Amino acid sequence: MTLSIEDAAPRGQAAARRPDLRRMLAAPGAAALLAILGTVALWELAARVLGIPGYLLPAPSAIFATFPSIGAARWGSHVWATLRVALTGFGLAIAIAVPLAVALVRSPVLNRTLYPLLVIVQSTPVVAIAPIIIVVLGAGDAPRIVITTLICFFPLVVSTATGLAATPPELIELSKSLRAPPIREITQIRLPFAVPYIFSALKISVTLSVIGAVVAEFCASDAGVGYFIQFSTSMFKLPQAWAGLFVLAAMSLALFQAVVLAQRLLFPWSLPRKP
Amino acid sequence: MQPPPAIRFDRLGQVFETRSGRVEALRNVSFEVARHEFLAVLGPSGCGKSTLLRMIAGLLQPSSGAVEVFGRRVTGPREDIGIVFQKPTLLPWATVEENVTFPLRHKRGRAGRPDRERAQALLRMVGLEGFGKRLPDELSGGMQQRVGIARALLMDPDILLMDEPFSALDALTREEMGFDLLRIFGERPKTVVFITHSVSEAALLADRVLVMTGRPGRVMTELPVPVARPRGRETIEDPAVTGLAAQLRNLLLQREAA
Ligand SMILES: Nc1ncnc2c1ncn2[C@@H]1O[C@H](COP(=O)(O)OP(=O)(O)OP(=O)(O)O)[C@@H](O)[C@H]1O
Ligand SMILES: [Mg+2]
Repeated sequence: MTLSIEDAAPRGQAAARRPDLRRMLAAPGAAALLAILGTVALWELAARVLGIPGYLLPAPSAIFATFPSIGAARWGSHVWATLRVALTGFGLAIAIAVPLAVALVRSPVLNRTLYPLLVIVQSTPVVAIAPIIIVVLGAGDAPRIVITTLICFFPLVVSTATGLAATPPELIELSKSLRAPPIREITQIRLPFAVPYIFSALKISVTLSVIGAVVAEFCASDAGVGYFIQFSTSMFKLPQAWAGLFVLAAMSLALFQAVVLAQRLLFPWSLPRKP
Repeated sequence: MQPPPAIRFDRLGQVFETRSGRVEALRNVSFEVARHEFLAVLGPSGCGKSTLLRMIAGLLQPSSGAVEVFGRRVTGPREDIGIVFQKPTLLPWATVEENVTFPLRHKRGRAGRPDRERAQALLRMVGLEGFGKRLPDELSGGMQQRVGIARALLMDPDILLMDEPFSALDALTREEMGFDLLRIFGERPKTVVFITHSVSEAALLADRVLVMTGRPGRVMTELPVPVARPRGRETIEDPAVTGLAAQLRNLLLQREAA
């Protein structure tokens, strides 16, 4: 009995000192980075060994070569055009979804009438409405922002409403027994309790916002990464189109990480507890 | 004239209309709780104990009969009542102190320095001095429940309703919390309605034990606890307490067998 306790400690220490592959992979992002690099390497290898023609699937090296040839200024203006629409649409979606979710939770009548309408709007493919919106709202950012908002606001409404309703009933009873102003039941109890739900929806919505902006650019635009991809493919510049795709993926990833970071900084208590 | 009792139930009945039909939760319930009396309520699961508490707090209106608090019929939520729930249900983003001052912040919008000082005093009383700046997450289940008790005492309510407050705790912590309640209410008498499933807890803490029947909940019997106060750790071994606990256990088991 004593023996096993005595030699358990040094063994544990030795294990802690040994450089452990599993532990290094557990470092944030390390495993993901490795997987991405591995995929790119395999892709390059496959393109060369199998001799896949560039117009079918360009090799990563050919794709990366287009970055300098386009130039930072052009990339910058396309990225900014897409980002501007995505972020404005995303912000607008939050500004509409959160109050709407509050209204849905507060009012059973609204819940019964508005909710089915929302579901209908959501189940209509936005890609199909996009051309109509562009005709109605004309040129400029406005139609693109509306399309983006339409795409990313539904998950926000549903999640926020779920979170607002998932508040412990005891606290709602406490609020009632205190006869506090009803608005404080929302601001001091329900909304904070919905924060984890809101953030899981924000993570989905922020990537949807990039999709929304790109869909809008496909319909009508003269700038943006989506426009750039469309323009490149129409000129059969496949590596250039792929480069645009990489940029879009990087934008989505960066926005997603920004939401993760915002939650970690602003609402650390809302993160799942570490085991 | 005699002052009215703190709480009076008068032939109270409660029927819930649910999707699956009518549920008669309580039938013809009449009893009284005197001012500063500690009443324990025992009864099988689903017999309407929590429903009784909700009626005292004015969160639910009875289908028939009436509830009176200090001689006045309860028609809506009352603030002079503190509630301790089965789970601590604290705000996970707020510090322990902010959780204790929550009722005031919730009602008035903010808590002033005197309120924070009062919270500190209450935390000292429940044995959590120095924990005011911690988050609930960093506390054990027992400590969280102490915060819940301090929160319920913040407004200095005349009546404290406790709904199985210790049932989520381990046996030892639970016993410890019982002794703490004896001390707290010794310092600061309150009218308490305390729901529990533990016969020994009821016998240790209460002045009187109300035993309810299964659904629809009715009053089966009321038994006084023939033990003087102040009580302490030794009380749990008092033959009067152990005897009453055995008697209560038999009553509940008999019911189950029937
Ligand atoms: N709001 C409600 N709507 C419908 N039925 C209800 C409602 N509240 C309680 N009931 C029913 O009334 C009965 C009594 O419920 P209550 O919660 O008061 O029991 P309890 O004695 O506290 O039980 P437990 O010991 O399990 O906590 C149960 O059958 C319950 O299903
Ligand atoms: Mg109950």
